[in-house]
Amino acid sequence: MAQTATTNPRQHYFVPQPMPWPIMGSIALFCMATGAVFVFNSHHGGWISIALGFMILLYMLFRWFGAVIGESEAGKYGKWEDVSFRWGMSWFIFSEVMFFAGFFGALFYTRVLSVPDLASLESQALLWPNFTAHWPSAGPAFSEKFSPMAAWGLPAVNTLLLLSSGVTVTIAHWALKENKRAMLSLFLFFTVALGVAFLAFQATEYGHAYSELNLKLSTGVYGSTFFMLTGFHGFHVTLGAIMLSVILVRCLLGHFKPDHHFAFEAVAWYWHFVDVVWLGLFIFVYWL
Amino acid sequence: MSAVLDTHGQAHEHGHHDQHGGYGGVMRWITTTNHKDIGTMYLWFSFIMFIVGGVMALVIRSELFTPGLQIVNPEFFNQLTTMHGLVMIFGAIMPAFVGFANWLIPMQIGAPDMAFARMNNWSFWLLPFAASLLMISFFTPGGAPGVGWTMYAPLTVQQGMGMDFTIFAVHLLGMSSIMGSINIITTILNMRAPGMTLMKMPMFCWTWLITAYLLVAVMPVLAGAVTMTLTDRHFGTSFFNAAGGGDPVLYQHIFWFFGHPEVYIIALPAFGVISQVIPAFSRKPLFGYASMVYATSAIAILSFIVWAHHMYTTGMPVTGQLFFMYATTLIAIPTGVKVFNWVATMWKGSLSFETPMLFAIGFLLMFTLGGFSGLILSLVPIDIQLQDTYYVVAHFHYVMVAAALFSAFAGIYFWLPKWTGKMYDETLGKWHFWLSTIFFNMIFFVQHFLGLAGMPRRVPDYPLQFETWNRISTVGAFGFGLTQLLFLYIVVKTIRSGEKAPDKPWEGADSLEWTHLPSPAPYHSFETPPVLK
Ligand SMILES: [Cu+2]
Repeated sequence: MAQTATTNPRQHYFVPQPMPWPIMGSIALFCMATGAVFVFNSHHGGWISIALGFMILLYMLFRWFGAVIGESEAGKYGKWEDVSFRWGMSWFIFSEVMFFAGFFGALFYTRVLSVPDLASLESQALLWPNFTAHWPSAGPAFSEKFSPMAAWGLPAVNTLLLLSSGVTVTIAHWALKENKRAMLSLFLFFTVALGVAFLAFQATEYGHAYSELNLKLSTGVYGSTFFMLTGFHGFHVTLGAIMLSVILVRCLLGHFKPDHHFAFEAVAWYWHFVDVVWLGLFIFVYWL
Repeated sequence: MSAVLDTHGQAHEHGHHDQHGGYGGVMRWITTTNHKDIGTMYLWFSFIMFIVGGVMALVIRSELFTPGLQIVNPEFFNQLTTMHGLVMIFGAIMPAFVGFANWLIPMQIGAPDMAFARMNNWSFWLLPFAASLLMISFFTPGGAPGVGWTMYAPLTVQQGMGMDFTIFAVHLLGMSSIMGSINIITTILNMRAPGMTLMKMPMFCWTWLITAYLLVAVMPVLAGAVTMTLTDRHFGTSFFNAAGGGDPVLYQHIFWFFGHPEVYIIALPAFGVISQVIPAFSRKPLFGYASMVYATSAIAILSFIVWAHHMYTTGMPVTGQLFFMYATTLIAIPTGVKVFNWVATMWKGSLSFETPMLFAIGFLLMFTLGGFSGLILSLVPIDIQLQDTYYVVAHFHYVMVAAALFSAFAGIYFWLPKWTGKMYDETLGKWHFWLSTIFFNMIFFVQHFLGLAGMPRRVPDYPLQFETWNRISTVGAFGFGLTQLLFLYIVVKTIRSGEKAPDKPWEGADSLEWTHLPSPAPYHSFETPPVLK
């Protein structure tokens, strides 16, 4: 029997033991959601609930991923489990793509349909006689002046940063497969650094928008789509950078082998996904 | 066998036969990674939510027993219609079919468990917390949102903090669905026993594979829609505000991009259950297996390009109306293929009419009726007349109750012997079927007449001429509700004192859970893949 198990990799599949972390995650999200509702509606105690939930969530993620990393390093995952992880991560990224698709859909709808419609003869006759369709637009009732974000300043630099981080992570992957550990860690470090630089520039850009361009989240539909799309993207870059840092620490601890490093690849896929979303943002939010 | 025992990690040292892996009591259920435990929890959770949503429906029907305002005020009436919809869709029907998926998919494809057993646990345990957030909204200032389950802007922007609780509940429900779906897809694609090719899988697995794909594709879009609602409410964005350049109709587009596939998310697993039950009691293989797979895929693909048939009256250009009308009517073709195949399976079969088969035939007749009224509603000129009337309510309850719920009943009676090792009471089961069918039609068939006569939905009052049909409908609703207590009694009686079930109580059943596993199915099944011919 033991022999068949080694000759046939699909002989048994790793089914983990019961563990309390999932329900802890649910409790954490429940606290955070309740806290957020309280904060949004100016009730007391909201922040405490959010903080509590967030701490529980961090602890839970730490323990759950800790358990998974332990199992991985103990060699419990074979080829069969590896295929599951690959499918799982691919479909997760697909769901993220669809999340962004919803917001891109809102952007296209606004630009192609709702703003031109608000300047149609009907709207002009009945509601807003002086509104003309143009993009960027904050809508017919927005009276303040604002400037849109120019594409060829910081955003273009950020495009370069993210694209090069895609290259560095690929080099790191190649180094891992060639078992060149120093190069692996170095290029992974470059990737994280480029991601952090991107985030720093993004924060600068937001500051610039708020203080000098009078461009805010509440600046009509242009402000809404601009900040929500770039904001959610920035949030995903933050997550990606945190995951890359974890992978970097694991590399320094000597984890991963040239033929066994799915966690690395999953994070690299995620990073490329974040990269591609940025290209969409750069073209449709900043440039065109 | 040692290789097999290794799958349990360290625990096999203190005994592989400790079925609960170290935790006892309540903690067993909270921490479990077993697909059968999790499936059971999904099914019980969905039954509890079914009762909760059903009680809301009964309050609604009580108010509508007679014209005028008797029991509830209009605001609370609106909160009830909203919560009834959300609870039934996200709390009752969807978890019920995920429960079936958990129990059956690993057994039907010969897998040891779901691909991601711990994530499976989390998918379930998000639900009670999401349901709590929904219910908390009733107790906030202003109460639960009274916006309808579709949560249209700009009404949602004007609600109290109950709306925010509902939005976060939807987020958690969405996370649960996405994780559950990724798990199901991965299990089906990667965990099949050697020899179990995709085109040999039981139809139930196929319908769930496609359902899970739909869920992963559209739940994030719903999350985006409610997130935009949240920021419009609290952070000054203008997605759904025309003054800021947005559009309330944009919400409807995003919502129904999720909402129409959602109909198939509910219906496809129901089709899967029926495709297992009808062949078993016809003692014939499913007619046109391959065409069934293609029809299911075609429905899934078409479901992405028909969403605006819910929006014909929003001032859409005629070209838009025509496109969405033609695309919608196209869905009748693959759906017709399915109905044809089920009927052809029964044709010249050696039929017997145990309770699962009765529910399946009830499904077939009433789903066809609901499909036809859907076809009628897909036609722009008629829909403009019937939009937001009781005709629409009647239509989708034929799909949601007579199709989805009846197929869930069919499935529960069908697999209960395998799950519990006991037989249900056949006489009581038949009573459950006939009472459910009669009362169901009493509630909803008459609503077609109300709708055609122009009675608007989501209104607690109505003119005198609608009273007769409304009274019949309300009496039917109470009958239907009480009948479901009989169902609870049947299930509990089966578990506690049912007769011992044979391994294969249904002569015509041929999937792995019947042919390769005893009744009840052991806690761990197929740790080593079954040998398939
Ligand atoms: Cu639809």
